[in-house]
Amino acid sequence: MFILEQLLNGLQLGVMLFLMSAGLTLVFGIMRVINLAHGSFYMLGAYVAATVTMHSGSFLLGMLAALPAAGLAGILVELIVLRRLYQRDHLDQVLATFGLIFFFNELTRMIWGRQPLFMEVPSWLAGSVELLPGIRYPVYRLAILLVGVVVALFLYLLFSRTRLGMRIRAGATNRETVAALGVNIRLLYTLVFGLGTMLAGLAGMMAGPILAVEAGMGDSILILTFVVIVIGGIGSVRGALVGAILVGLVDTLARAFLPGLLRLVLTTAAADRAGAAIASMSVYIFMALFLALRPAGLFPVSES
Amino acid sequence: MHRSAAVMVCLLLLPLAMAGAAEPVKIGMITTLSTRAGYLGEEIRDGFRLAVELGGGRLGGVPVKLLVADDGRSPGKGRRIAERFIRRDHVRILTGLVFSNVALAVVPLAVRRNVLVVSPNAGPSLLAGEGCSSNFFNVSWQTDTLSEALGRYATERGYDRVFLIAPNYVAGKDNIAGFKRYFRGTIAGEVYTALGQADYAAEIAALRRAKPDAVYFFLPGGMGINFLKQYAQAGLQGVIPLMGPAATDGRLLGAVGEAAVGVINSAQWNSDFDNPANRRFVTAFRQKYGRTPTLFSSQGYDAALLIGSALRAVAGDVTRTDALRAALEKADFQSVRGRFRFGRNHFPVQDYYIRQVVKTGDGSLVNRLRVRVFTDHGDAYADRCPMP
Amino acid sequence: MTRATVTAPGWPVLLFAGCGILFLLVLPPVLELSGHQYLLSLATRALIYALAASSLNLILGYGGMVSLGHAAFMGIGAYVVGILSHQAAGSGLLSPAAVQGAGPVSALMAWPAAVALAMLFALVTGVVSLRTRGMHFIMITLAFAQMVYFFFISLESYGGSDGMVLASRDRLPGIDLGDDRVFYYLCLGLLLLFLAFVHRLVNARFGRVLVGCRENEKRLQVLGFATFGYRLLAYCLAGGAAGLAGALLAEQGGYVSPAMLHWTRSGELMVMVLLGGTGTLAGPVLGAFVLLFLEEYLALYTEHWMVILGPVLVLAVLFARGGLYPMLAGHGRER
Repeated sequence: MFILEQLLNGLQLGVMLFLMSAGLTLVFGIMRVINLAHGSFYMLGAYVAATVTMHSGSFLLGMLAALPAAGLAGILVELIVLRRLYQRDHLDQVLATFGLIFFFNELTRMIWGRQPLFMEVPSWLAGSVELLPGIRYPVYRLAILLVGVVVALFLYLLFSRTRLGMRIRAGATNRETVAALGVNIRLLYTLVFGLGTMLAGLAGMMAGPILAVEAGMGDSILILTFVVIVIGGIGSVRGALVGAILVGLVDTLARAFLPGLLRLVLTTAAADRAGAAIASMSVYIFMALFLALRPAGLFPVSES
Repeated sequence: MHRSAAVMVCLLLLPLAMAGAAEPVKIGMITTLSTRAGYLGEEIRDGFRLAVELGGGRLGGVPVKLLVADDGRSPGKGRRIAERFIRRDHVRILTGLVFSNVALAVVPLAVRRNVLVVSPNAGPSLLAGEGCSSNFFNVSWQTDTLSEALGRYATERGYDRVFLIAPNYVAGKDNIAGFKRYFRGTIAGEVYTALGQADYAAEIAALRRAKPDAVYFFLPGGMGINFLKQYAQAGLQGVIPLMGPAATDGRLLGAVGEAAVGVINSAQWNSDFDNPANRRFVTAFRQKYGRTPTLFSSQGYDAALLIGSALRAVAGDVTRTDALRAALEKADFQSVRGRFRFGRNHFPVQDYYIRQVVKTGDGSLVNRLRVRVFTDHGDAYADRCPMP
Repeated sequence: MTRATVTAPGWPVLLFAGCGILFLLVLPPVLELSGHQYLLSLATRALIYALAASSLNLILGYGGMVSLGHAAFMGIGAYVVGILSHQAAGSGLLSPAAVQGAGPVSALMAWPAAVALAMLFALVTGVVSLRTRGMHFIMITLAFAQMVYFFFISLESYGGSDGMVLASRDRLPGIDLGDDRVFYYLCLGLLLLFLAFVHRLVNARFGRVLVGCRENEKRLQVLGFATFGYRLLAYCLAGGAAGLAGALLAEQGGYVSPAMLHWTRSGELMVMVLLGGTGTLAGPVLGAFVLLFLEEYLALYTEHWMVILGPVLVLAVLFARGGLYPMLAGHGRER
């Protein structure tokens, strides 16, 4: 029972990571641009959702505001900064987007102040349900799982069934051909970037009621997101999904069971501390092992 | 070529233009304004500034100039700011310290140069015990003591099995140790989380399974916000009592909302304390900043009053370090918390209270005073302090 | 895409280097005369970061290995010094008497140990990470750095997350490390020594192979070069130099903490290299000085200094292509 609940927790963390990494991996796979500032759009989504929800009292309105806000902000950033970086080194991209992190974190502090914002679970998603006898699980976390499934499905349909999706996929593998076919590649890039940041905004908004809405909240999840897309294979949305769930499970299960396992061989106090220390490293150990065995990740996308 | 040289020269000459003659006594405030914990420093700074403002730009009748710098919660940066304050601005009194790690880096550097440090928050065990210094004063509490108060309270309430949760770092372990020092029941479980952890689903599942009588948590700042929200969503709010040291100051309540109702916490002060100094402080604070002061702003305010009392004693001559130190030791000021004095390790000997978060008639959340658990309580490390 | 100029330096480069060295040599007396001694410690830190950034530049600029875990080497170096000092003298907090003067640990032992351990770590992690490329390399170096970061946080006997204060600087025969001015010149000397070493290295066959690996590793392998060994050696050398920088930083600040290993530190080192000029000798030095002094002065003017620094970095990328040094030295990046 306990294991089942922890598996569910891991899955749910994985879904959050998926929402983040889907956008990032798209942007990387198609434009070949590293965007360290991806976490800033996550933060923006959370802040806008919290603000609108607070003033209107409606979670749905908050959601309606947060998604376009994150998407539009992404489009703006693409038009002003990132567009100029597509032809550059990854290094230039890292430097510029590192600067953007500074900027956005401080800007949030200036606009919203230093105090974390309040955002609560809407009443229709509050409480918990009994999934199986003995397992009560918060409804809101189930809703997150559902959103993850919907987004995965949406992306699948987008890429396999729509013209736009096919163009995007084609753009990823061969941008010259697509351009030659008369597709406005610049517009396409802007749209993809906006879609990616919108997904990040969605993740931030969903995180709002369970996590602290504060400046810098995107930084810690950013690193995990990178871990996910590297494990999944950079540029692969499918890889992002599998990678996210793997990372979510590893992190949660290590935290839940490592101290207990170590207690078999160590004293309780030592096991608790060693367990906590190793659990915090678990994701990185997992990634290093993984990359040592499969240097290109789960679903490598061929580099053009 | 010339350009590059010019740029370098300019960079170095900039401060020349910024030097100026100084009349008032300079007080250096090294505090944490950025990072996620930035609001703590802001509270302390606002409390301190209020005291200066109420005195018409003076503390203890002496004109002062407050220099504020953000340490970004980084020990190295704190040290560099201390260096700058001491060597460039010739500051003789430092204050503002929020976090233990910054304090442990800054305090040795300052006290060796005979600069006095008045900490409005940070009070690590090392500075209270073996590493105490005649030049260091703490006006808040030694890190463990708030948890000691909760340990005593849990014992008095008759909680038999308590589940403990804290981050895997120094202050986390100090707090757990403090709780255990006064708790006589059994520990139903003990979990150390990663510092800055966001998701507590795994830990909450574990504590639910342990079926404790109460949960003790020490998760400062954003970690506490996350935990409280998730605890309530897991359906445990009001089912298993939750207690944490200084866990729910006013600003945190704003971020957590009703998920915080019922949380038991410990403090040496509450905004509804009925003494003249506190009434004046709370009223003025609300007027100036439009919000209710928190524990941290009360500590910033008290630090300012304490420094003011010492400045008055030396008539603003901060070069008389010995006299200044002696005046600080007397703690001759009206603390907003009521009775206050220093123990021989220059940490407070004071009363500690249990508060609980309640929802008032108008829907706002406040900390209500419940019971006093310690009277004239010092800290556990004072005995190890070699100071006479 | 040729960033590194592996050629004999022309006269503008030599002139720039001469001016730079002269400037660094006269800096301490100038600061003293103008009453800004407190800036000396900032300048010393800039020298130390310059050393670390230069070591990163060796692998990043010349070898094309973009590491986002370089702070781990610095952290290891710093902790070696910290732990040795802690073992010999106890916590710096507890011995307020030992203000300055000779410490109990010899720098001749501590610093080489710091370098050796950092190199060892580079060797072990390099064997794994150098198998990967591009983004994957960035992430795997980050992963190793995060592991070290969490390791030191859980190292309770040495301060855990709080870190530790050093009782005093180590002792070095014939040199008083406690004197800030002496320490400055020592750091300057070590930096110049390392730069000279890098200069020799990249102009030797080793450097040509390294740069070749960046451009086209396959070709070199076909020609019979064991490129992996070259890259691994460069990675270890860079790690060792960063370890030395970490040791110096611990001595200079008298403080060691896990914050030195946070991933944003690695990011800052990268910023220094890029800001100054990747694959140039003087670039990282310039970058370190500009970034540290910029931070310092912006923080004096506004507590929201990051809102200015961020766009400055973006503008630097967009308009100072190839970094400040090529721009200042009067030749843009050759393509």
